[in-house]
Amino acid sequence: MVPMIDVQHVNKAFGGLQVINDCSLSVRAGSITGLIGPNGAGKSTLFNIIAGALPLDSGRVLLNGEEITNRPANELFHKGLLRTFQIAHEFSHMTALENLMMVPPAQAGEGLFSAWLKPGLVRSQEAEVRRRALEVIDFIGLHHVRNELAGNLSGGQKKLLELGRTMMTDARVVLLDEIAAGVNRTLLGDLVENIERLNREMGYTFLVIEHDMEMIARLCDPVIVLAQGSVMVEGSIEEIQNNPEVIEAYFGAPQDATT
Amino acid sequence: MNELVFFINNVIVAGSVTGSIYAIGAVGVTLVFSIMRFAHFAHADMMTFGAFMVLLLTLAFPGAGAFLGLPTAVVMLPLAMVLTAGLAVGIDKVFYKPLRAHGVKPIVMVIASLGVTLMLQGLIRVFAGTSGENLYVDDRKEIFRLALPFESVRAPIVVTEPQIILFVLTIICIVGLHLFLSRSRLGKAMRAMSDNPDLARASGINNNLIVAVTWVIVGGLAAIAGTLLSLDVTFKPDLSFFLLLPIFAAAIVGGVGHPYGAIAGGFLVGFAETLAVFNWGVLLRPFRDSLPEWLANAGNLAFVGSEYKIVVPFFILVAILVWRPTGIFKGKVI
Repeated sequence: MVPMIDVQHVNKAFGGLQVINDCSLSVRAGSITGLIGPNGAGKSTLFNIIAGALPLDSGRVLLNGEEITNRPANELFHKGLLRTFQIAHEFSHMTALENLMMVPPAQAGEGLFSAWLKPGLVRSQEAEVRRRALEVIDFIGLHHVRNELAGNLSGGQKKLLELGRTMMTDARVVLLDEIAAGVNRTLLGDLVENIERLNREMGYTFLVIEHDMEMIARLCDPVIVLAQGSVMVEGSIEEIQNNPEVIEAYFGAPQDATT
Repeated sequence: MNELVFFINNVIVAGSVTGSIYAIGAVGVTLVFSIMRFAHFAHADMMTFGAFMVLLLTLAFPGAGAFLGLPTAVVMLPLAMVLTAGLAVGIDKVFYKPLRAHGVKPIVMVIASLGVTLMLQGLIRVFAGTSGENLYVDDRKEIFRLALPFESVRAPIVVTEPQIILFVLTIICIVGLHLFLSRSRLGKAMRAMSDNPDLARASGINNNLIVAVTWVIVGGLAAIAGTLLSLDVTFKPDLSFFLLLPIFAAAIVGGVGHPYGAIAGGFLVGFAETLAVFNWGVLLRPFRDSLPEWLANAGNLAFVGSEYKIVVPFFILVAILVWRPTGIFKGKVI
């Protein structure tokens, strides 16, 4: 089966710092794959490269067998690759509802000519998008703040809005960058449930960066461990947790008790 | 009462005229800033260019306006808008886009736009010479005198045809821009882009398209503003030098990046200019008998001489920057 995301021998350096070092990994279609690693392992950089936000130095990235190396983010969006941001991004001067309504691709009102020539079509589509946005905002539990400017929402609510954004369109693969950070425990349960549901019912593939091991354990299979810019090990969460190399990478070399 | 009419003619009418032109100009500057985050100095020269295109077209097709009962220059305006929009998109492709692709700091873009200013100005001078030209080539400027129905009033309110056209077009521009930004998907995409470019891109908004659309709108508005000003007075190749400062002042006063702020700022600066050079002594004349002698006999009671008019926007600018650095409206995002 063709992997949903296929990263082949990618290198990326910032100045003299080799952040991604001949990294190859693949994400199976229909999976929720976790990407973990100590700080500075290059997780976010790799994410940004896949999402088209950073140019890579060498290597290739494929989406469902199609080469997407260095394609801009807006093009990837239309190919069904969506992402959330580690630090929640929002259109701060639009309401939460409008934020969601910005997302769906290829609306008639977007073309220069159809916007003027087909007002009926534009209006019916917009009504449809609004209906969908209201559904999504109910789903992520932000109904009560839907008409607030998104800039005024709390950090956790912005994170939910990020997830909501990925539900507005039929994505094929969603990159979640620390979606749980700053979200309280009860909301987190909902979040995990939503991700699982999207995966099960809508067939979304997820690639998840996360520091919350509990969430990784509950959600992800397989888990990929990144260290110093390349894949250290890949496997189920149990395999990862018992892998001495991984423990060393996270906690440093084990102390010899006898000396 | 005659003095009041004098006030209306010299302050209300003149201020609205200057204010409208500054407002449309400032909207252009502010749109460029909100999408591309740099101060576009060549904007005033795009205005001159637009007016110059109108002049050329009017010379090429004299009498075209007579069909529609409008001045030829106004009939040629849409075509000039298209040409100026094309120029704006072209300048972006040749000068600004390569810089953006290298991810330069905004100040580099500002300097580049300064270079474009000088280049455009030189080019226009090569073809237009340095003297002023009347845009009314084949027709006559109509002047409307509205006599007031009071016996004591002899002076009429004077409004010229280009001024009426200017008021109408300004209202159309403002309403049109508002509808575009608030209703259309493309306008909303522009707002999204100015709010958070990374997220806009990750939401599938094509930033190159948005940049191009911005330049088309900016070019069109520049042509309108330049032409309206040239219709009211005359076309001069060095128009931009006198426009640049007040327009930037207006944009900053309103809060850079905020179109409604730019409109408010434009009118504020326009009225401040006319109020500052207005001879207030005229309004005191009816009360001459009851005033102390030194005041009654003072010749010119303007705040500043009209040759120092250009200082007024600077003064407002400094005052606003001290009092409210982000502008009247909070700027940065459409």
